[in-house]
Amino acid sequence: MNYIAIKNNQRINISDIPTVEFNSLKEQLAISNLRPLAFFGSDWGDKIKLYTALADDEKGEILVSSALIDKNLKEYDSITKENHQYHMFEREFYEQFGILPKGHPWLKPVRKNLDSYEFFKMEGEQTHQVAVGPIHAGVIEPGHFRFMCSGEKVYNLEIMLGYQHRGVEDLMVKKPSNQLAESICGDSTIAYNMAYSQVMESLGESVISTKAKLIRRIALEMERIAIHIGDMGAILGDIAYLMGKEVYAVTRTLVINTMLEISGSRFGKGLITVGGVNFDIDEKMSDKIISMLSQVKDTVNKMTKAALKSSTVMSRLEKTGVVSKDTALELNLVGMIGRSCGIELDSRFDFCDEFYKDLEKKPFKATNDAYSRFSIRYREVKDSIRFVKKLLKKMEERRADALYLEPKKFIPDSFALSIVEGWRGEVVHIATTDGEGKLSRYKIKDPSFNNWFGLAMAVRNNGVSDFPLCNKGFDLSYCGFDL
Amino acid sequence: MFDTLKMKLTQKNQFIPDIKNAAMRSQFRGLPELDNSKCKNCNACANICPTGAISTNPLKIDLGKCTFCGACERICKNNCSGAIHFSNYYKLGADKLEKLVVLDGTTPEDYHKKAIEVRKEIYSIYNRSIKFRQVSAGGCNSCEMELNACSNANFDMGRFGIDFVASPRHADGIVVTGPITKNMAYALEDCYKSTPEPRIVILCGACAISGGVYQEASEINREFLQKYKVDLYIPGCPVHPLTFINAVLDFIRKK
Repeated sequence: MNYIAIKNNQRINISDIPTVEFNSLKEQLAISNLRPLAFFGSDWGDKIKLYTALADDEKGEILVSSALIDKNLKEYDSITKENHQYHMFEREFYEQFGILPKGHPWLKPVRKNLDSYEFFKMEGEQTHQVAVGPIHAGVIEPGHFRFMCSGEKVYNLEIMLGYQHRGVEDLMVKKPSNQLAESICGDSTIAYNMAYSQVMESLGESVISTKAKLIRRIALEMERIAIHIGDMGAILGDIAYLMGKEVYAVTRTLVINTMLEISGSRFGKGLITVGGVNFDIDEKMSDKIISMLSQVKDTVNKMTKAALKSSTVMSRLEKTGVVSKDTALELNLVGMIGRSCGIELDSRFDFCDEFYKDLEKKPFKATNDAYSRFSIRYREVKDSIRFVKKLLKKMEERRADALYLEPKKFIPDSFALSIVEGWRGEVVHIATTDGEGKLSRYKIKDPSFNNWFGLAMAVRNNGVSDFPLCNKGFDLSYCGFDL
Repeated sequence: MFDTLKMKLTQKNQFIPDIKNAAMRSQFRGLPELDNSKCKNCNACANICPTGAISTNPLKIDLGKCTFCGACERICKNNCSGAIHFSNYYKLGADKLEKLVVLDGTTPEDYHKKAIEVRKEIYSIYNRSIKFRQVSAGGCNSCEMELNACSNANFDMGRFGIDFVASPRHADGIVVTGPITKNMAYALEDCYKSTPEPRIVILCGACAISGGVYQEASEINREFLQKYKVDLYIPGCPVHPLTFINAVLDFIRKK
């Protein structure tokens, strides 16, 4: 296949990306055993430039390729027919550019709200539909779920999103800012802002200080710890184990309040900026973080042991919402959910940088069910606490570094890609510049873009009442998907 | 079961006893304090603000637009005169848009005194209990997470009779987060109409109040706000649980 291999956070000239004939590019994508990171179009005069990126996780490389498509092209043969991993990507491309992927198995809008929306139907005696949303019972984001059931058993779940669509990608080109990047998906504030800042820095080939890089990674791991602990509480709350729910919730508060002490915001808003970071972690703060994390680790250990000893908890978690490894691979599930299904993907280590190189993850034995999704969080909380302590240790030699270095101007006609492993999984940000060095396209892929379909598979053959438990276990982003 | 109960012993009293006077960490960016006499009208703060919340000559900050990112404070301190300083004062809720504008010399006490007017028709009905239906209309999930945190063991908003309920039919009002997307406009209005009268509307967070960083986004439809009256504005990005709870308490109770 004709491509250019790049590393994470690397800038290349758009002219260096090979332009392949569309049909041959499609054929190669269909048979490739590498998973897609991006498949998106960009205006190119009277044509559309289609960019594709594949992840070679073993080598830690990203293979970028492109094709020029005539705007008058009405349709093409769908890739999804042969490779299911392109299902959402092709739907998105169709929605944005109107070129029909012929033979796509389920071609529907991704974010557009139509007046009538056809759902996958099941007919027969005693079958019925359950419709939920867009507004849900709890304080969460909107989305519509349609269950096809017979009795209590769910045979199919179809998820319709797009309610949160704000037009982020266009706004990013028009008016990019760190504050906007933080508000795309607020629960992954650090991951999104870090990916955005890295892309902006890559486009100008700016450098930032090692200390700033360390602080970013410490914040990223703290975000992971906080959200995972909160989610463990939420999972237990959904099976009415209220002691767990409350204890995890107040333990999470310790982490986010420390984040507040670092950055002035419980979610770390305002911490990261293009060119570095805005707030320092000094020795005093460093000691505070370490003692806070020891306390958190102690409580989480005790609470998790108590919860998993309880037979009522285990009977709800075990064998609920199973997604087999084969299904997960076919759907290209990524991040923490992928790991809970036995796929060892972690962009922190697959696309390794100088900081994660000497950090070690302990192997995780996946059981593919709700229990697996609970215990992977426990494992990752423990891992991340260890990582933060090690990263803080590295900070000691870097106290004198600058927090912020003035970023350079964007280089014209560039393409840059950044992957950050947020707590959900890989957050991919891609940006291109035009001949004058202005942003011309901004593309975001949240891990939820891959994983929503995994949730639909998880609830099959489970009771309707197990849906909240599966949903909390996946805890996917609506706004990160809808953009 | 005994292990579960034993966990209770490891947790001391977690709730904040006096929510109205709870201490906030000094690093929190709350109500900005402005000193116009130091301002040199260099406009650096207005230019760096991502939401256009600042105007100079005289210096003003609109909390309805402010994301509390602190960029203006930094640039003013480093490049100009230090006329802007974010205090850690967290009682930011107000019942009118005009009241959200912070002027030169506005002290926390001044701001709080004027911010929420005591209304008899409100406290006579909702004094002891008010239930909300929350609608996320394009919210980024940080305001939603903070609203969820309001009900946890730390803030325990339920003890004041404030709760989020599942159905608008059981609610006294709606709490809106997010800039209101085109795709949510219908559902939001539907939810509002399903709430029995009299009904309260609360806008929560910079996105809901002004559009925030999404003011110029293409897929936004804010007609709802022209049609219906808003009772309470609670600024923040995201809204801190203490800000939310105190604003609602000031709204439903006699001072």
